[in-house]
Amino acid sequence: MVVVSWVLALAAVVSGFGVFRLNSMARVTFSLLVSFLAVAGLVLLLGLDYLSAVIVLMMVIEMVVMAVFMIMYMMNPAGLMPMAMYHNKAGAMTISVGTFVLLAAGILLVDWPERRGAPAPDPTFALGRSLMGEQMLTMMTLGITLFATIVATVVLSTGRGRYDRLGDDLDSATADDPLGGGVGR
Amino acid sequence: MTLELFLLSAAGLFAIGLYGALSQQSIVMLMMGLELMLNGVILAAAAFWYFLAPAGTEGQVLIVVVVTAMAIEMAAGFAVATAIYRARQVDMTDGAADLKG
Amino acid sequence: MIMDEPVPVPAPTVALAWWWALLLPLVLILVACSAVVVDAAVGARAAGRPGGFTAPAREVARLLVGQRRRTLAADRLLWRAGPVVLPVAAVLAAVVIPLGSLPVADLGIGIVWFNAMEVLAWAAVWLAGWGPNSVLSLAGGYRFVAQGLASELPHMFALTTAALGAQSLRVTEVVAAQQDLWFVVIMPVAFVVFLISAAAMAFWGPFDAPIAGDLAGGAAAELSGVDRLLFLGGRWLLLTAAAAMSVPLFLGGGAGPLLPAWAWVVLKTGGVLAVLVWARRRFPTIRMDRWTEISWLVLVPLTLAQALVVAVVVLAQGGL
Repeated sequence: MVVVSWVLALAAVVSGFGVFRLNSMARVTFSLLVSFLAVAGLVLLLGLDYLSAVIVLMMVIEMVVMAVFMIMYMMNPAGLMPMAMYHNKAGAMTISVGTFVLLAAGILLVDWPERRGAPAPDPTFALGRSLMGEQMLTMMTLGITLFATIVATVVLSTGRGRYDRLGDDLDSATADDPLGGGVGR
Repeated sequence: MTLELFLLSAAGLFAIGLYGALSQQSIVMLMMGLELMLNGVILAAAAFWYFLAPAGTEGQVLIVVVVTAMAIEMAAGFAVATAIYRARQVDMTDGAADLKG
Repeated sequence: MIMDEPVPVPAPTVALAWWWALLLPLVLILVACSAVVVDAAVGARAAGRPGGFTAPAREVARLLVGQRRRTLAADRLLWRAGPVVLPVAAVLAAVVIPLGSLPVADLGIGIVWFNAMEVLAWAAVWLAGWGPNSVLSLAGGYRFVAQGLASELPHMFALTTAALGAQSLRVTEVVAAQQDLWFVVIMPVAFVVFLISAAAMAFWGPFDAPIAGDLAGGAAAELSGVDRLLFLGGRWLLLTAAAAMSVPLFLGGGAGPLLPAWAWVVLKTGGVLAVLVWARRRFPTIRMDRWTEISWLVLVPLTLAQALVVAVVVLAQGGL
C-alpha cells in the first residue's frame, strides 16, 4: 500500500511536470491525464472509491475534449517544430516556487490535529446522504451553476443566432442551418 | 504515507500548475495549468478527509465541488477562447490584453 | 437529516476466486469470437458465398504476421497506446459483470466503474486517430469524440436509472432487485437507450462513422498488423462487455428456469449481441450531425423522463 501510494504520488507530480516540459500537445494532454489518474488512484487508496471513479470518468472525457480544442487553437500541436510560448518565465517560476515553499513550510510546521472519528461504513452512501440532506444547498447551487454554464457557453461559442437561422423577422418556416441535423427542425 | 506527504504532493501539483498558468501564452496551456492546480486541491481535500475528519462528509463534498469547478472552468474557458478566436483569430493571452490598465 | 435512520452497511464482498481475474479476458474473448464467427457467416451468406466460418481466423492470422505500417512523423508512443488501451478497457469494464451469480470483483460502485472504464475507449480511439499523423484517421478520432459526447449522457442516465431502480450502485444488488420483475419491463426506454448508446460507445452498427469507409477507415485507417487486431478486437470486446452488462442491469442477470445462472448469462448476452449484430446489418451508418441532434434532443429528455418515472415509483414504494 505504502509503495503504491509513493509511486502514484510521484507519478502525479512527474506527469504534472511533464505537462509544461513536453513538446507535443497531444502528449501534454495525456500527461495531464496520467496525473489525474494517479490522483484518482491516491483518492481510491484513501477509501473514496466513488469519487475516484468519478474523477477517472470526468477527466478522461475532459482531456479528450481538451485535445480537440488543443488541435483547433494551437499553431504547433504535434510539436514537430520546437518553439517556446512563454511569457514572464522567471517571474512565474519565482512565484510558483515561492508558493510551494510557503505551502510546504505550512504543511511541515503546522501541528495537525489528531484524527477524529472513523470513516462511515459506506462513504459513498454517506456522501449521497449528505448531498441530499444537509449539503442540499451546495448541490442545488452546483446544479444551477452548471445549467448557467451550459447556457453561457453555448451563447458565447455559437457563431449563429436565431436571426441567422430564421431570417430577420424570425418568420422563416424552416431554419437555414449549415448542417441538417437529425430531427428535421 | 502520512498526511504531510500527501499534502506535499498536492502542494507540488498546485505549484506546477501555478507556474503553467502564469507562464504559458496559449489559452489552452493556461487552462491545463489551472486544471493541475485543482488536481492538487482534490488530493489535499481527500487527504484532509482521511487523516483529520473521516467521520464527516465535508472533504467528499469539497471534492465534488472542485470536480464541478473543473468542468465549469474548462467549458467556460473554451467558450471564451472560441468567442475571441471567432472575433479576431486570437488564441494567445497576450493578444487579448485590451483591458490592461 | 434524520440521523437515527439505519445506514446500510455494505454487504461483505463476495466475489469469484482471484484466478477468475486471469480467466475473465479469455471468457470475454471466447464470447466475442463466437459473435465474430456468426457475424462473418451471416456476412458470407448475405454476399452469396458459402461458409465464412473460417474467415475471422484467417483474418486474425493475417493480422498477426502483418507488418506495421509506418507513417511520416508519427507519434509512436501514443499510436501504440491507443490500440492497447481499447481491449484493456473492455476487460476492466467486464470485471463487475456477474458471470453467473458472482462477478470477478463485486465493487460497491460497480456501475460507475463500468462507465469509467468504458470511457477509456474515447482516449483509445482518439489516440489511434492522432498517432499516425494522418488526416483521415484524425478525422475519425474527432468523429468518435463527437459521437461519444452525444452518447455519454443518455448512456449515463440509462445506467443511473437501473441503479435508481435497485437503489444501489452494486451490480449484484441490481440483479437481486430484479427477482420479481426484470428492469426491462419497468424501464424499457432505459434499456433501449442503453443498447443504442452502448453500440455508439463501441462505434458499432449504425454508429461506425469513426471508422467508416468514407474516411478510408477513419481512426483505423493507418493501423495494420497486431495494432489493427488489438483495435478491432478491442472493439468487439467492448461491444461484448456492454452486451453482457445489459444482462445484470435490465434482464435479471442469471435468473431463469432449469439452466444454471452462468448459462443464462451467456444465453442472454448472446441474444443481446445478436440484436446488435443484426442492427449493424439492418441500418446504414448514421451521419454525425444527425446522430448528435437526435441524441441531445430526443434521447437525453427521454432518459431523463424515464429516470424521473422510476424515481417516483421507488419513492412511492417507500424507498430511501
